[in-house]
Amino acid sequence: MLRIVLAEDSVLLREGLVGLLERFGHQVAAAVGTAGELTAAVAEHVPDVVVTDVRMPPGFSDEGLRAAVALREARPRLPVLVLSQYVQRAYAEELLDSCDGVGVGYLLKERVGRVEEFVDALRRVAEGGTVVDPEVVRQLLRHRRDPLERLTAREREVLALMAEGRSNASVAQALTVSEGTVSKHFGSILTKLDLSLTDATNRRVLAVLAYLRK
Amino acid sequence: MSSLTLRQALVRRRYLLGAWPWRAALYLLSSVPAGLVLLVSVVLLAATGAALTPVLVGLPLLLTLVLIGIPVAAVERRRLRLIDPVRLGDPHRAPERPGLAVWLRTRLREPATWRELGYAVLFAGVLWPLEALLAGGVLAVCGALSATPVVMAAVTGGGEVRVLKLYLADSYPQAFAVALLGVALLPLSAYPLGWAAVGRAALTRVLLPSEPGGLDARIQELGRSRMRLVDAFEAERRRIERDLHDGAQQRLVALSMTLGLARLESPAEPLGGLLARAHDEAGAALVEIRELIRGIHPRVLTDRGLAAAVEDVADRSAVPVDVDLPLPRLPQPVESAVYFAVCEALANVARHSGASRARVTGRADGGRLTVEVRDDGNGGAATSGGTGLQGVADRLSVLDGSLLLSSPPGGPTVLRLDVPRVPAHPAE
Repeated sequence: MLRIVLAEDSVLLREGLVGLLERFGHQVAAAVGTAGELTAAVAEHVPDVVVTDVRMPPGFSDEGLRAAVALREARPRLPVLVLSQYVQRAYAEELLDSCDGVGVGYLLKERVGRVEEFVDALRRVAEGGTVVDPEVVRQLLRHRRDPLERLTAREREVLALMAEGRSNASVAQALTVSEGTVSKHFGSILTKLDLSLTDATNRRVLAVLAYLRK
Repeated sequence: MSSLTLRQALVRRRYLLGAWPWRAALYLLSSVPAGLVLLVSVVLLAATGAALTPVLVGLPLLLTLVLIGIPVAAVERRRLRLIDPVRLGDPHRAPERPGLAVWLRTRLREPATWRELGYAVLFAGVLWPLEALLAGGVLAVCGALSATPVVMAAVTGGGEVRVLKLYLADSYPQAFAVALLGVALLPLSAYPLGWAAVGRAALTRVLLPSEPGGLDARIQELGRSRMRLVDAFEAERRRIERDLHDGAQQRLVALSMTLGLARLESPAEPLGGLLARAHDEAGAALVEIRELIRGIHPRVLTDRGLAAAVEDVADRSAVPVDVDLPLPRLPQPVESAVYFAVCEALANVARHSGASRARVTGRADGGRLTVEVRDDGNGGAATSGGTGLQGVADRLSVLDGSLLLSSPPGGPTVLRLDVPRVPAHPAE
């Protein structure tokens, strides 16, 4: 069970999310509607994970995202899952840059419709994982074509799935290959991208993302 | 006839037969009473105004004196139409609000008012006496010559008459010859008179401020109103984006969430299958509405500015695009116009150019922002054919910007846009 602080200005969605999270046995310690309230609620409840919208009152700009980044600067171990209504590399990058991307997620809001995947992503973020929306990953991959041209189609597939924060086992399952094949692919990806081999999953994802961002 | 000016009429053969000589004479002669009245008014206003200033009553009189050029110029513009159908425009702006004080302030701030005052002074002091001398002189000479026999008969009883104090006529044949000369001189003098009127009209046109000031003001107002239109359009786009975002999109997410939860209950077929389909449809609708909203007005443009928004478009482009835009935040209309211009350019690159790579570069140096979109495609792009680039050019022109397209057959295509960093006609 996770203790969650939720920030979402649309009452409809806020209620829906509370219902959804409680349906999966989590506890919503506070559900708020503004970035200011979010900061206060986090200070009060010290949650396991924060879920926040990007666009919120008073400015209806990117208050939620800024609050999330600020929260992580103040409490480096606080996991945050940001829900956005649009694919935005600039936003995702800013968030991933905070505290090396440990325990952070950036998902399109519409992913909450895939309830099990959403709850699973939330759990991974709470455990310190990195979750990036497949759409954003796709954009990142398309954006930096050059270094990736060296990769085979299958290696690119593996990389895309890794960048979503999946484990080797999960990638293997998705591609219906063995886990050994996946780690072989990944090793060759790291070699082709001139990245040194490390063993922590997020480290690898981060290394890839950092490389892609350059 | 009405489209003819005196100047054009003067070089025609039928000049003497028409009304033109009379018009010219009327133009010159009407100056005399007008100038006389003006001179008297100026002197009276100046004298009484100066005399009464110590008791403050004189101040409005002096103010009237300052403004006297306005009615004078109005009369002069009308008089000018006697011999020239081309209207001389009123250079004065309409005051922003009704009321004497606003009117006064507007007039006193306009350079046109002061030029008209200068003209009035010149008119009162120099122009009308000259005209009186000229037109009066010609008429007096012709009249005196023609009247010689009458004078001879009536005044000296058939004796002698000294015509114009120059020539002594002492017989009726001589007197009639002189009279004949006078009548013959009249049509001949119509020419110098006509040219004098033309000269006088030209002087009026030069001295009286006319269209340029007024036209400038009108062009500026036009620019502002175009800017307001674009701003209104832009505001409407943002409103639609916000409404879709806060309304339809949120509801669809909630719907998708509810359907997702319903599917967890894993009901039996066919309901389970229907739920799955409904869920997929909701997902597809969400993707569509997300793209729609982004096309209407991308959020990142408002939040992060032009460079981030262009990078975002570049990310989505089918053709790889390098972006190099080290730009500060710029005024919103500038960012919007340039953003949509770059979008259009990149869409064209993807659709028509056959390019394998494109590059967007831009600098904001000095007062201007220059952005260039270059691709390595086949070239042959044109601004006239497609409405897309034409629309972009129109939109940039509202900001006093310009669009330059170089696209020789075989490529490369370079689209360069250049706008002032600050819009020239801020919508008020």
